[in-house]
Amino acid sequence: MSKHYLSIEGVNKFFGQGAKQSCVLKNVNLNIKKGEYISIIGHSGCGKSTVLNIVAGLLPATDGVVILDGKEVNSPGPDRSVVFQNHSLLPWLTVYENVALAVNKTFKKTKTAQERHEWILKSLEMVHMSHALDKRPAEISGGMKQRVGIARALAMEPKVLLLDEPFGALDALTRAHLQDEVMKIQAEINSTIIMITHDVDEAVLLSDRIVMMTNGPEATIGEILEIDLPKPRNRIEMADNPKYNRYRQAVLRFLYEKQRKVEVLTSAEKPKSTQASLKKAASA
Amino acid sequence: MTTKANSIVKPLSAVGMPAAMDKTLLRFKSLGDSFVQKVLPALIVGFILMLIWELLSSSQGATLPSPSKVVKDTWELIINPFYNNGGTDVGMGWQILASLERVAYGYSLAVIVGISLGVLVGQSTWAMRGLDPIFQILRTVPPLAWLPISLAAFQDSSPSAIFVIFITAIWPIIINTSVGVRNIPEDYRNVAKVLSLNGYEYFTKVMLPAAAPYIFTGLRIGIGLSWLAIVAAEMLIGGVGIGFFIWDAWNASMISDIVLALVYVGVVGFLLDKFIGFISSLVTRGTSN
Repeated sequence: MSKHYLSIEGVNKFFGQGAKQSCVLKNVNLNIKKGEYISIIGHSGCGKSTVLNIVAGLLPATDGVVILDGKEVNSPGPDRSVVFQNHSLLPWLTVYENVALAVNKTFKKTKTAQERHEWILKSLEMVHMSHALDKRPAEISGGMKQRVGIARALAMEPKVLLLDEPFGALDALTRAHLQDEVMKIQAEINSTIIMITHDVDEAVLLSDRIVMMTNGPEATIGEILEIDLPKPRNRIEMADNPKYNRYRQAVLRFLYEKQRKVEVLTSAEKPKSTQASLKKAASA
Repeated sequence: MTTKANSIVKPLSAVGMPAAMDKTLLRFKSLGDSFVQKVLPALIVGFILMLIWELLSSSQGATLPSPSKVVKDTWELIINPFYNNGGTDVGMGWQILASLERVAYGYSLAVIVGISLGVLVGQSTWAMRGLDPIFQILRTVPPLAWLPISLAAFQDSSPSAIFVIFITAIWPIIINTSVGVRNIPEDYRNVAKVLSLNGYEYFTKVMLPAAAPYIFTGLRIGIGLSWLAIVAAEMLIGGVGIGFFIWDAWNASMISDIVLALVYVGVVGFLLDKFIGFISSLVTRGTSN
């Protein structure tokens, strides 16, 4: 057990109470090594965000445990910082102040004011945001906001960094750019990362392992794909790499053949029968 | 507006005007524009209304004084706002200030208690279920209905008036604050949780700034209501104050004085509202996304 840095063991998650209770996650087990980059991929509604929130401590698991570095996780904390999909910067604080809030809180006792100040600047430099220290979130672009979000999360020196669809709200070019940067940062500081995504390319390009989730309700881990490609990876070279394309295909096959979302298709045609089938599914 | 200004200024700069001068010109131009667009209509309409009033009240048997008569009757009061003959016979400036002082006390109390209760109700579902029905009933009680009971409780007119202001202004502050606190986006709460902010840090760094636009809406409604209530309350409690001045003038049949007092009340109420609005724009700058 001890060689696993982070382990998710037998996690079940139910929402609701009594008759309305629904099982979102069923028996999720995952072991993650230190410095590993894990992507969790699956259709929307499959509970991948729920997994992340349980690891973050924002949601309690109904059964099972999450163990990080030998300690059980049951509340949120700075050792598991989260990059939220919509950046979640506080709009009344400047870029610097947003990161400062995290740094000053996390290193209140362990660093002096001067050290903290330098650490804030260094974190923002790492994501190339040093030019906008005094800007407010409303004054910078979506990509820049997400950079600051990443800087804020990294600045807390978490044991594991949780990325909740970090690039989902960005345009394709900005997304590629930020992905490259995250790869670079990860190579530099060798952080352990769990990333939620629904982008197949993103998952294959960035991850050491891809965790593919089955459709909910009662979602669980369907397959785990080991990505055996040397790092650093270059997206242009990868496009021609047969191994890369095979991995890509494997994920696509899982998502669109084995775990096709049938309900969504029928709901457009016959809403009534879908409701009935949903009810059936819920009671099953 | 800007395009118009630009098109006028451009030829000037082409002839070689210095850029700074160009800018000043532009600013004057836009100031003039906004005067024409925003202030002038109000002046014109005001003038027309005064004219109608003048015509209506200059007919035989009119019961109310015309604007010109009001100015003539109250000229002494207008030019001497700060005379003091002792007792309640003081200038309009003092009357207004006395009322403002009561409002300041009552309103400040309402702000402190209102925001605190609003935060409590917004944060705790249990407190909301317990307190909200009581608030909903109490807030419909008209301000003046509180006066007898506060007179009975305080046995003195001055704290009673302050209490009436307090109880009038507090409801919108409570309700808006609680809505603001309840509407803090889940994301901000999650950020606070991940950063492990403690209660005090969460309150000052996240909750107050996030709810500030709502809180200020409540504060703005509250100041308007307290100014409404003070005039009525002062009519009953007496002493120096614009409300009692109006009542006194009525008893002495000095209708012109009443009209002048109404103008003062209106202008001061308007300024109070603008003042809170100004503070709000300072504080909430940048809080909206």
